[in-house]
Amino acid sequence: MKQLVCISKTPETTAKINFKDGNTAFDESGVQFIMNPYDEWYALVRAIELKESLGGTVTVINVGPASNDVVIRKALAIGADEGIRVDAEPKSALYVAKQIAANAEGFDLVYCGKETIDYNGSEVGAMVAEYLDQPFVSFATKLEVEGNSATVTRDIEGGSEISKIDTPFVLSAAKGMAEQRIPNMRGIMMAKKKPLNVVEPVGFDDKVVVSSFTLPDAKTECKMIDPENMDELVRLLQEEAKVL
Amino acid sequence: MVLVYAESQDGKYKKSALEAVTFAKKTAEVLGSACKAVVVGQAEGTASLGKYGASEIIQLNGLDHFDSQTFAKAISKVAQDEGAKVVIVADSSTGKSLLGRLAVRLDAGSVSAVNQIPTADGSVLKVKKNVFSGKAVAEYSIQSDVKVFSLSGNSLKPEETGADAAIREVSAEANSRVNVIEVNKQQGNVAPLPEAELVVSAGRGMKGPENWGIIEELAKELGATTACSRPVADTGWRPHHEHVGQTGVAIKPNLYIAAGISGAIQHLAGVNSSKCIVVINKDPEAPFFKAADYGICADLFEVVPRITEALKKAKG
Ligand SMILES: Cc1cc2nc3c(=O)[nH]c(=O)nc-3n(C[C@H](O)[C@H](O)[C@H](O)COP(=O)(O)OP(=O)(O)OC[C@H]3O[C@@H](n4cnc5c(N)ncnc54)[C@H](O)[C@@H]3O)c2cc1C
Ligand SMILES: Nc1ncnc2c1ncn2[C@@H]1O[C@H](COP(=O)(O)O)[C@@H](O)[C@H]1O
Repeated sequence: MKQLVCISKTPETTAKINFKDGNTAFDESGVQFIMNPYDEWYALVRAIELKESLGGTVTVINVGPASNDVVIRKALAIGADEGIRVDAEPKSALYVAKQIAANAEGFDLVYCGKETIDYNGSEVGAMVAEYLDQPFVSFATKLEVEGNSATVTRDIEGGSEISKIDTPFVLSAAKGMAEQRIPNMRGIMMAKKKPLNVVEPVGFDDKVVVSSFTLPDAKTECKMIDPENMDELVRLLQEEAKVL
Repeated sequence: MVLVYAESQDGKYKKSALEAVTFAKKTAEVLGSACKAVVVGQAEGTASLGKYGASEIIQLNGLDHFDSQTFAKAISKVAQDEGAKVVIVADSSTGKSLLGRLAVRLDAGSVSAVNQIPTADGSVLKVKKNVFSGKAVAEYSIQSDVKVFSLSGNSLKPEETGADAAIREVSAEANSRVNVIEVNKQQGNVAPLPEAELVVSAGRGMKGPENWGIIEELAKELGATTACSRPVADTGWRPHHEHVGQTGVAIKPNLYIAAGISGAIQHLAGVNSSKCIVVINKDPEAPFFKAADYGICADLFEVVPRITEALKKAKG
């Protein structure tokens, strides 16, 4: 089975968020970057597990500049076989999906993460599926494959849904798919020898740009309430916050 | 023309669908155009979507279960036939898996989880959404002729202003390649977490799963949905679907009550868009107090039952 996992790079979760150029761009200085947790912990690890039990290959793809190679190398260290980097700024979800789709022909399964933790888009997976004219299962929490038939469980509001789909198709991975794997020394050494192919982007007119960033309104000071007086809390929730 | 997909579940329109129609109507007002709704199959109250702003409702028949591929095909065809310039869906799991497909099919710029009515600048529309898990707000400019958005839940109140609208039925092609074999719904009549307006959540400060009775009683008294921090779900004290935060469910209820949760940044990422946050923690230095509206610095085992009592008393 040929599997493709889309991986993105995001600021580490505790990073301070600042902007530059008149609040039009994210200030990357001093920010540590990581592989998007949904891509790493869930999508990539499940793809590797299936490779281990069913055979085949796992390829990872990233749309981004050369500085993203560290993230691809980490995926190779965890157990992917080869990497593709589309050498372009990931400008918008549609742009990224177009680039991924251009490199996703011939794969039985394409994985995305549920969302990236920076822009929280949750858009790319469905777009890749549409470009490839394949089915898409969002927020998959469980995936089993037998021959060319897959059984997928996905989260829906207030429950879950199980469906059967023939490969090829695209899915986005959510918590539950797999457990995080830490790369070991051997994996890190092997990763250095694995292929990482850099490809040129396909042309595409972007349609969406971020025009500005702002920080949310500062929270007003927390009002401390006497633990003996919960009637006061209820009154404040009713009359001041008006949420009850 | 603005087209909104109003999502129904089990034959009913959810609050998120009514929010989406209201949002679509207000977007249409910004553009000086009309708003129409597209729905799939029969549901209770289809005509009354007109009250929320749809001047006409197009009902697609023949799509038996949700599949983003068949739904997107049918909805984008309606959008093209009607000459829609903006297409709106709710930011639900269904809406999220449609948004990207609609963007590709309609060659449209897209923004997910929009939380404010767009503003127009010529033919360019500007919209806002929370990014970096609520740590910042981004404004997007969309230049394409057609635009698609998903509306973040609980961003505006559904508004009934007009009257019932006429329904036009259109048949759609099913042909799904996804074969749904089982649907499992949580029991009970409280709202699922992503849609809940009131949430009571607890963390490691609870000491063990056997102590959750006080949380459940408070939630029951409020009619709230229960949630938990990640370590609580990871150790199996509570089911996974209750886990909120960066790697769990992101929520924005009107009220979020957190007991025995320290307020780590990854936890806040999923809850800091809540309108009102109440934090109960015995540690005055707990970081969660900085993100809270109301704080109670005390032992949760004493305070939580007291809140339940106070609520009962207030009800009379
Ligand atoms: C990449 C990444 C992603 C993560 N994603 C998430 C996520 O999505 N959601 C999430 O929740 N976490 C997430 N975490 C974990 C997060 O960093 C914290 O470890 C976690 O939120 C802590 O859970 P807690 O507050 O329940 O426990 P603790 O941090 O142990 O806090 C327990 C709190 O209870 C208080 N307490 C104890 N006893 C009492 C009492 N009797 N009365 C009142 N208060 C009491 C203590 O003072 C303390 O503040 C993530 C971490 C990483 C690295
Ligand atoms: N620049 C990128 N390169 C490769 N994959 C990406 C990129 N951006 C997003 N993805 C994939 O798309 C998923 C959803 O991203 P998003 O729609 O941006 O939230 C991520 O979890 C990744 O799997």
